[in-house]
Amino acid sequence: MSILVDEKTKVVVQGITGNEGLFHTKQMLEYGTKVVAGVTPGKGGQKIEGIPVFNSVTEAVKETGADASAIFVPPAFAADAIMEASDAGVPLVVCLTEGIPTLDMVMVRKYLKERKTKLIGPNTPGIISPGKCKIGVMAGYIHKQGVVGIMSRSGTLTYEVVDQLTKRRIGQSTCVGIGGDQIIGLNYVDLLGLFEKDSDTQALIMIGEIGGTAEEEAALFIKKSVSKPVVAFIAGLTAPPGRRMGHAGAIISGGKGTASEKMEALEKAGVRVVKNPALVGEELANLLKKV
Amino acid sequence: MPVFLTLRFLFPQRTGMQAGGSERVRENFRGRRQMKIHEYQAKEILKSYGVPVPKGGVAETPEAARKIAEGIGKGRLVVKAQIHAGGRGKGGGIWVVNSLEEVEKAAKEILGMTLITHQTGPSGRVVRKVLVEEGADIQEEIYLGIVIDRSRECPVIMASREGGVEIEKVAAESPEKIVKEWVEPSVALRPFQVNKIGYGLGFEPTQVGKLRSVVTGLYRTFYEKDCLLAEINPLVLTVGGDFIALDAKIIFDDNGLFRHKDIVALRDFNEEAPLEIEASKYNLNYIKLEGSVGCMVNGAGLAMATMDIIKYFGAEPANFLDVGGGATTEMVKNGFKILMSDPAVKVVFINIFGGILRCDTLAKGVTEAVKEVKVNVPIVVRLEGTNVEEGRRILKDSGLNFMVASDMQEGAQKVVEYLKRQ
Repeated sequence: MSILVDEKTKVVVQGITGNEGLFHTKQMLEYGTKVVAGVTPGKGGQKIEGIPVFNSVTEAVKETGADASAIFVPPAFAADAIMEASDAGVPLVVCLTEGIPTLDMVMVRKYLKERKTKLIGPNTPGIISPGKCKIGVMAGYIHKQGVVGIMSRSGTLTYEVVDQLTKRRIGQSTCVGIGGDQIIGLNYVDLLGLFEKDSDTQALIMIGEIGGTAEEEAALFIKKSVSKPVVAFIAGLTAPPGRRMGHAGAIISGGKGTASEKMEALEKAGVRVVKNPALVGEELANLLKKV
Repeated sequence: MPVFLTLRFLFPQRTGMQAGGSERVRENFRGRRQMKIHEYQAKEILKSYGVPVPKGGVAETPEAARKIAEGIGKGRLVVKAQIHAGGRGKGGGIWVVNSLEEVEKAAKEILGMTLITHQTGPSGRVVRKVLVEEGADIQEEIYLGIVIDRSRECPVIMASREGGVEIEKVAAESPEKIVKEWVEPSVALRPFQVNKIGYGLGFEPTQVGKLRSVVTGLYRTFYEKDCLLAEINPLVLTVGGDFIALDAKIIFDDNGLFRHKDIVALRDFNEEAPLEIEASKYNLNYIKLEGSVGCMVNGAGLAMATMDIIKYFGAEPANFLDVGGGATTEMVKNGFKILMSDPAVKVVFINIFGGILRCDTLAKGVTEAVKEVKVNVPIVVRLEGTNVEEGRRILKDSGLNFMVASDMQEGAQKVVEYLKRQ
C-alpha cells in the first residue's frame, strides 16, 4: 500500500560523507530505510555507519543492487549527480538539494527524457511510505501507515497536514514532496496516476501554491482520470499581487497562476478545496467516512 | 502591421510612452530574491554580446550628465531615471530633450526625486543615477524577450511587433501577434530559429539578417549569465533600418549566481527594502506587507498558509517571514529582530512545525530574542512537532508573556481576537 518506495527499496545516498548526507543517512536508517550504499567520488572504500562508500553510482549499483538514490550534494554539483544516477540505471532519484540553477535543471530534464529514471524534486523534503521507507529529510515519527496519498510542493506545510491526519488516526500510504522549483521531476499528474492505480490508497490530498500551472493541469487530469476523492489546499491566497503575479511564465500559460484560479480549477474538477489550512485533516476525515 | 509613432516625438518632455519593461516580478514566493539590475547595466551586458544599444552613459550628477551628452554629439537626447522598476516614463523619470542645457536640467530634476510608478509601491524609489543616451529615430517598436517555459522545461524566445507595451497585454489581447521559439540549451539557438522569428514577424530578408545578432546576443546573455528573464522592450527598428535596444531588463536566477561573481557585484542595495537586505544577510526570506500581524514561520508553504489563515479569520499579515524548514536558534533570533523592527506590527504570530528541527531549540531562540529585543506587543506562539512539550515548557518557564496556541487555527484566532479588542 504505497507508491514508488516500500520496504524493499534499496537506497544509495549520493553525498553520504557530507554533513547533511551523513545526518540524514542516520535518520533514514533509524526509520528503517534500507540504505545499502553511499557515493562520494574519491572516498570509495570507506564505510559510513557500516555502509560501504563507492566512487561512482554505477559501482554502487553493481555491488549492492540499489534501486533508488537520495541526493545530498551541493547545488553546483547536484545536476551532475542526478544525471550520474540516471546513467547508472537507478529507476528513482530523490534530489533533496535546494538551489540548483534553473538552466541546469533544464539540461537534467532533457537528459532524463531519454532514459527511464523518475526524479522527485529537487528542493523537496523527499518521499515517505510510512512504516516502510523514508527517503528524505522529513521527521518520520509524525507519519502513520494508512490509506491517504499526499502530494505537495511544500515541506513544513506537508508536515502540518500529515500531523492533522495522524492525530485523527488517519494514516498515509505515501507522501511525496514534488519540490518547490520551477523545473521539477514527477509532478502532480504523474503522482495522481500512480495513486489512482495503488489499490490501498483510498483518498488523496494535494497541497499546492501560487505560481505555474501544475495545479490546473492536475485539475484537468483529476476530472478525466481520477476516481478517488481529492482534498486540496492552495497556499498563497493572501500573497501580494505586485510581488509575484504577472510574471513572464504566466504569459505562456495564458495568465494562470493565482491561488484563486487554481482553487476554481480544482473545484470544477470535483476536488474539495479547503480554504482554512487547519481544516485539511478534518475535511479528509469527513470524506473518508463516506468512502 | 502598424507603424508606431510614439508620443515621445510629439511631447519632448515627460512622456508616458517610454516602455519600462513589463511588470513581472517575483516568480515564486518560496524563491529567494531574483536579482535585478539597472537598465544601463543590462545594456552594458547586452552590448558585450553584440546587441546594438544607444550611445550613452550613466551619471550621478547633472554636470556628469552634461559631459556624457557632450560626448554623444548633436541631436535628440534621452535622460532616464535608473531604478529597478518599470513605468518610469509615466512618473516623470524619462525626459526627451534637445540640448545640453536641457540634459543638465532634466538630470537635476530627476536625480534625487522620489519616483513613484505602478511597480515601486506608494513609497516610491529615490533616483540616484540617470542614463543619458542618444535618441533613436523610431520607425517601429518590437518586443523581444526570453524566459523559462515551465511546462516545456526550456527557454522560450518571444517576439512581437507590438513592442513598447507590456507583453502580458499583447498575450492576453492578441496572442497571435507573438512569435515563439523554444530553445534546447544543449543544442543552442540555431540559425533557422532566428529565421523563423524574423520571417514570422514579417520582416524583409535584410532586416532578418540584422535581427540575427540581436536575437543571438540576447539568447547568449540569457544562457551564459543564468537569467530567468532577458528582455528588450522596445527593440527599435530605426528609420535608417537598423535594430537598437532602447530599453532592456534582465532578472538573474539566484541559484546561478554562485558562478557569476561579476553579476553579484552589480547588486544595488539602494533598490532593496532595508529590512529585506537585513534578512538576506541571515539567509531569511522576509517580505514586507501592509498588515499588522507580524509572522514568523518555518518553511515557505507553511508561511504562506499562515498568512492565509490570518486573513481567513479577518486580519492582515504584516510580513512574510520564512526562517527555513531547518532553522537554527540564531536564525530564529535574527528573524524575530527583523520582524520587530517594523513599527506596523501590533501582534506577533509565531507558527513553527518542528521536524528535524526541534521545538526546544526554537523555543530557546524565541525566548533569547524576546529578552534582547524590547517587545511591547503580545506574542502568540504555536509550536508543534519534535520535542514540543519541552519547547512549550521553555516558553512557560521563561517568565515572558507568551500566548500559547495548541494549533494554527487557535493561534490565528487569538491574534485576531487581540486585534479586535484594541
